[in-house]
Amino acid sequence: MSSPFARLIVPALLPIVLILAWWYTSEGGSSIFFPPLSQIQERFQELWLFALVPEHVVPSLQSILWGLWISIVLGVGLGVLLGLNGYVATAVNPVLQFLRYLPAVALLPLAIQLIGIGQEMRVTIIVLGALWPILLNTIDGVRGISPGLIDVARSNRLRNFDWIFRVVIPSASPQIFAGIRASLAVSVILMFASELLGASRGIGYFILEAQRQFSLPEMWSGMILLGIIGYALNVVLMAIEYFALAWHRKARI
Amino acid sequence: MQATKTPVLEAVNISKSYGEKQVLADVSFSAGEGEFVCIVGPSGTGKTTLLRTLSALGTANSGEVRVNGMAITRPPAEVSVVFQDYSRSLMPWMRVGKNIELPLRRYKLSPAERTTRVTEALRDVGLEHAKDLYPWEMSGGMQQRVAIARSLAYRPQVLIMDEPFASVDAQTRADLEDLMLDIRARLGVTIVLVTHDIEEAVYLGDKVIVLSGRPASVSATVDVPLGRTRDQISTKSRPDYLELRAKIHAMIMQSPSSVSG
Repeated sequence: MSSPFARLIVPALLPIVLILAWWYTSEGGSSIFFPPLSQIQERFQELWLFALVPEHVVPSLQSILWGLWISIVLGVGLGVLLGLNGYVATAVNPVLQFLRYLPAVALLPLAIQLIGIGQEMRVTIIVLGALWPILLNTIDGVRGISPGLIDVARSNRLRNFDWIFRVVIPSASPQIFAGIRASLAVSVILMFASELLGASRGIGYFILEAQRQFSLPEMWSGMILLGIIGYALNVVLMAIEYFALAWHRKARI
Repeated sequence: MQATKTPVLEAVNISKSYGEKQVLADVSFSAGEGEFVCIVGPSGTGKTTLLRTLSALGTANSGEVRVNGMAITRPPAEVSVVFQDYSRSLMPWMRVGKNIELPLRRYKLSPAERTTRVTEALRDVGLEHAKDLYPWEMSGGMQQRVAIARSLAYRPQVLIMDEPFASVDAQTRADLEDLMLDIRARLGVTIVLVTHDIEEAVYLGDKVIVLSGRPASVSATVDVPLGRTRDQISTKSRPDYLELRAKIHAMIMQSPSSVSG
């Protein structure tokens, strides 16, 4: 399993088999709900390479990236503050847990009422869902900092800035990254849901419209695109994590 | 001789309890400029508590710690601590050079000065070429050298060391002991080293403070008149060395704390 060949080929086998199976079983089928994959693929090329990218993909990606970025800044910032103040963190924990399990989609009607159906509303909804995994993981990571490092920082009289940005946050970064990964999945879901209810552009809107007009191959192509985007974002995040946390991986060996 | 000068580090009647349990009772001693003082006592005698008090990482219930005659309440710039657990005292996400530089950031130094300090500190501990390594790429002994370099880089007057060589092998330990003697000789820094190893205490110290009892107090202050130049083989075979070692050993064996310690 350790050769690069095996690491790249083995995970690719099952997707290839599934795609081939889908391709051949759907070919010449009569169900209008499950159009042939060849037809979906044709539509996909026409629509997403790259005719409709500016109109539908760019706004969706913008919502996700802004939502995720704001969640990271807020989540890490608040998480460090709360994590360094143990009593406060304990005091607010029940509220945080409540907010975490309150599905952010449930806030959609209220958000539309208050903010309207613009990009701000969609970013807000994403932040309301994606913030919690990052925030809670940051608090955990910060509270778990080794007492030895606290002693080192105190006896070396580190400045607060160095203490927070060069010790506390790096030390908590493995947990922070785990939080960001969970938040990314939440962001994709909320991007989609918010576009279903309040948008005139975006992949979610496109998929809903295609379904309403009974253009099922288009609808399928949108769904596949959504999957590919989610997967690609995760790959990018894993790559960043791979380099940022190289020390963590190697130090444990 | 030393009596007329203010000691660099002085513990005055330090007592400390955790709840009902008293750990330190009236501990007093002093360390003069450039002096190598070893505090020895069996494990569980409150050595770590004393060390935390000396470095103001912990507070005493009564008594005070003075640096250059001034009572301290917070970790002072003149004192640096080298901890026992080197693997948890270096930042694994920073290269060695950055680790050493970290405490320097609070001082107004130009980048060039900072680099010079780091280079000098690394040279002081014999790791000139390790600047770009990560701590986890190094052996335990090398990591402890980095921790020592980090302490030296901001030029403290006093180095407080908590069982610094407890988790390295015997040969590395001997090397590090000689390194500390060398650093004291070259930089004139005062070293207070806490250990449970009597042999190490006598080999390194100009003065050995024997802690014993529960709660712990200073049962003896033993001068070590072996001169400042020591050698792992010849010093350790000198009759006066062996005599001192046996004497301190006997003191610790007689104390009640050794039974459960």
